[in-house]
Amino acid sequence: MTEVEHRFGPFGGRYVPETLMPALVELEEAWVAARNDPAYEAELGILLRDFAGRPTPLYRAERLSELTGGELWLKREDLLHTGAHKINNALGQALLAKRMGKRRIIAETGAGQHGVATAVACARLGLECVVYMGAEDIRRQQPNVERMRLLGATVAPVESGAKTLKEAVSEAIRDWVASVETSHYIIGSAVGPAPFPAIVRDLQRVISDEARAQMLDRTGELPKRVIACVGGGSNAIGGFAAFLEDAEVELIGVEAAGEGLDSGRHGAPLTAGGRPGILHGSLSAIMQNDEGQIAEAHSVSAGLDYPGSGPQHAWLRETGRATYVAVTDADALAAFRRVSELEGIIPALETAHAFAWAMANPGERDLLILSGRGDKDLAEVIARTS
Amino acid sequence: MTGCERIGAAFEQRTGRAALMPYMMACFPDEETSIAIGLSCAANGADLVEVGIPYSDPLADGPVIHEAATQALRNGATVQASLRVAKAVSEAVPTVVMCYANLVLSMGWEAFAAELVEAGVSGLICPDLPLEEAPEALAALDAHGLALVPLVAPTTPDSRLAEIGARARGFLYTVSVAGTTGERSGPAAGIDAVVERARANTSVPVAVGFGISTPEQASSTADAGAEGVIIGSRLIREAATAADPSTAVGLVVKGFADSLR
Ligand SMILES: Cc1ncc(COP(=O)(O)O)c(C=O)c1O
Repeated sequence: MTEVEHRFGPFGGRYVPETLMPALVELEEAWVAARNDPAYEAELGILLRDFAGRPTPLYRAERLSELTGGELWLKREDLLHTGAHKINNALGQALLAKRMGKRRIIAETGAGQHGVATAVACARLGLECVVYMGAEDIRRQQPNVERMRLLGATVAPVESGAKTLKEAVSEAIRDWVASVETSHYIIGSAVGPAPFPAIVRDLQRVISDEARAQMLDRTGELPKRVIACVGGGSNAIGGFAAFLEDAEVELIGVEAAGEGLDSGRHGAPLTAGGRPGILHGSLSAIMQNDEGQIAEAHSVSAGLDYPGSGPQHAWLRETGRATYVAVTDADALAAFRRVSELEGIIPALETAHAFAWAMANPGERDLLILSGRGDKDLAEVIARTS
Repeated sequence: MTGCERIGAAFEQRTGRAALMPYMMACFPDEETSIAIGLSCAANGADLVEVGIPYSDPLADGPVIHEAATQALRNGATVQASLRVAKAVSEAVPTVVMCYANLVLSMGWEAFAAELVEAGVSGLICPDLPLEEAPEALAALDAHGLALVPLVAPTTPDSRLAEIGARARGFLYTVSVAGTTGERSGPAAGIDAVVERARANTSVPVAVGFGISTPEQASSTADAGAEGVIIGSRLIREAATAADPSTAVGLVVKGFADSLR
């Protein structure tokens, strides 16, 4: 086993208050011990299989393929328990917390998918759960709020700033600073101080480990391109990880262009090519003004409404190994309907960004990470498109 | 005199049992008033003043300072304006700037250090720049004789505390409780042990901050052996709510100064 990366090129690091430093060291040690422990792997494996529903199918989207003239393969993370890839990470980290003797779990959530996944994992493992969520996201992702409460989690509304994901992460970190000795913070994406980006990637890597084998099994070949939406970047890094060494496979991350990259109202730090900066404990591509004040992101999709990005993505972009593009609110909303009508699959608004790009830029043999389902988005989409 | 020397002298020449270090936020509620607040702190017994630069995402701060920063930024606060405030206050009392790492990184460590010198500031506290990420900052500040003041927490293990203490410049910012900034009632449990542990691991003065909000707490922190006490949220609350912020903050500062006699 290689060591846990703290940096990806220059990106990553640990820019956090001193109070948290010992906890990050402890977390890294616990993670190294866990992943070398067959008992942890076995317990997680059973949970992922029997509780979450892994492996997920690889599905050939017939009508979309017909439309684009290429082959479009979908990795069906939307079929997982709780409806998104977030459960892969939540279960893995909740088990880890239990091993560390931490009985209280903190999480943040944007779309509510990570919050629900964490609430489910905590219910299953008997852990206390507090989920920070921006007041604006509580409004636009109401069904997930009800779900978390039903599962016994406390949903703590966050009223600062734009009341969305960035502020929710900040509040979760502030809670952790005060409760670090008894609590574990299950961060929901491949962001944050080391070792979080590496842990989340390793736990989401199951997406591409399965998909790579499934593609070879079904087509005898690797995909030409892997396409995934990028908020903080967890489904994308999990979808890319097993293909990183396959130089011929193009990796494409799709960010939120919001009202347009030129409008400044977007969530596309990687595509817009901002200066590196520090957000939530790591150095990465972020949205900021000339002085380094963090900018507010904007996206119709709560899960992509984030001014930062995972440090490994910043490095994949810099090295040219992956390419980052962005899709507007309007195009994502159109794709949401199109995919529903053509495939009988209602994708999450986040994933609709990846679909929109894939439909507009057809490839010969694409693998698209269908990160989640769109039930949570119905009310918002109907309100915006009717 | 270098910045480090000015800080050393301020601790040496303190009038109370512990040096009194009020925290103020530059440009809060506005540039001019914040200068008046800083000068009022100096006139009412501050030995040093900590000048915070408003930041959009202050992870180490509780609601009072977070809200003040948000308001300051909404009213147009900038790093340049904040440095002007620091400069004006530095003419009356030694100052240390408190600034989150991204604002410094954005300008560049060397350029930021040069700006601090230009403003007459003596040192810098970066609440999100732990030991491991600090070498570049330390080199840049050392080159200008400025103090990079590190923080230690109750969660910091002994071996790490020794490492941080050895590299501390100016003073060792000792966080009294695990948590963000904010007022807390009652004496911080185990403050004697916190101070003793810090003092055993560094040769610079130990100043305690986070949660000290009454003169009684300040006094017992001095009794515990702290060579400095830092008062933050209590004063920001005063600045946020008083009709005449500089006078009101000055009065509160005087109360703290009296408790440290
Ligand atoms: C279904 C779905 N896809 C994607 C994302 C974006 O997160 P990430 O970039 O970490 O995969 C979210 C976040 O909430 C989500 O719910």
